[in-house]
Amino acid sequence: MADVAAAPATPAAQDVLAQLGELKRLAVVPAFNEEASVGRVIDEIRAFDPGFDIVVVDDGSTDRTAGVAADRGAHVLRLPFNLGIGGAVQTGYRYAFERGYDVAAQVDGDGQHDPAQLPKILEPLLAGSADLVVGSRFAGPEAAYRSSATRRVGIRIFARIVSAVVRQRVTDTTSGFRAVNRKGIALFAADYPHDYPEVEATVMSVKHKLRLQEVAVEMRERSGGRSSITALRSVYYMAKVLLAIFVGLFRRYAVPVEEEHR
Amino acid sequence: MTPWAVSITAAVASFLLLLIVFELIRSRRLRERYALMWLLTGAVLLALSLWRGGLNTIASWFGVTTYPPAILGAVGALFILVVLLHYSTVISRLSDQNTILAQRLALLEQQLREGR
Ligand SMILES: Nc1nc2c(ncn2[C@@H]2O[C@H](COP(=O)(O)OP(=O)(O)OP(=O)(O)O)[C@@H](O)[C@H]2O)c(=O)[nH]1
Ligand SMILES: [Mg+2]
Repeated sequence: MADVAAAPATPAAQDVLAQLGELKRLAVVPAFNEEASVGRVIDEIRAFDPGFDIVVVDDGSTDRTAGVAADRGAHVLRLPFNLGIGGAVQTGYRYAFERGYDVAAQVDGDGQHDPAQLPKILEPLLAGSADLVVGSRFAGPEAAYRSSATRRVGIRIFARIVSAVVRQRVTDTTSGFRAVNRKGIALFAADYPHDYPEVEATVMSVKHKLRLQEVAVEMRERSGGRSSITALRSVYYMAKVLLAIFVGLFRRYAVPVEEEHR
Repeated sequence: MTPWAVSITAAVASFLLLLIVFELIRSRRLRERYALMWLLTGAVLLALSLWRGGLNTIASWFGVTTYPPAILGAVGALFILVVLLHYSTVISRLSDQNTILAQRLALLEQQLREGR
């Protein structure tokens, strides 16, 4: 795995690494039947920054996901049954909160998120200019992420709606490649949406007065396993998320305070 | 033709259903996931009670000529049946998960008590 060993070389990445040195940092890797790819994801996170603690949240997999992750030396949280991506990711944030992490980054276990791009996502957090940073496939100049036509339409509709609700331009609402500081960890540990959580988590954060920033990243095609998004589910996805956003407009949101470490 | 009193009462009732479901979601006592079926029920019933001509047409498909609002009741009953069936599957899943949790907890307690 020569490409894994290649450490980030750009000056910006080095800069981020130097700043990161001081912080307690955690990578949260949700994984549901990802035995084919989760090991490589762990290796790549280590190659980017060995100081990152890695917690793999095994969401009731029926394959060797947990075993593979443990063999590579990651911490593994094994859920007793499948909670879905929302419940799985929140488990990781609870872990981050209780153990006093300063920064938590989400990296999918299916290998679509390239840990070498973490510096882009971490940079605004470290600069203190954002509390939640989302890696967007569509923000870059030559945004060339391939996906099905229906999915692209859905993505565009969500981008419009979310941009209007949070009063800020958002291009990729469904991206799970994101990172938060302590404030975000505290919020997500306490409250995180259940199924298909990304869109709602973004909206919710802004309502709680967290500062959101998108950065352009490239993502890879799936390297193994299979996607959760099927045609019928996408109808439910749209209905559920739109309903949640609409009802959310009528809720009141507390502004979270940054907790001290225990 | 449907009596106006029936149309109005049915419309008000289905609107109330929609309103209550909305408030339950807003106050976080009902999850979106389980609210969608209720919202669909409320919306269809509201549409059928307001759209009186449509209700007549649907009734005539089924040979109901004397009293079209019977269709309103039938549609309502059908939706309630679907919601209940859905809840039965939800309860089954919850009870399976509950069993797993209890078993895991018992194993964990045993480990703690006996120091493995
Ligand atoms: N499908 C699925 N994934 C889960 C679940 N819990 C955790 N995950 C993990 O969440 C991550 C994202 O899931 P994906 O199905 O890849 O979703 P996606 O990346 O939005 O969709 P694709 O672009 O089609 O891959 C993966 O690392 C999964 O292993 C679950 O219950 N279902
Ligand atoms: Mg994926």
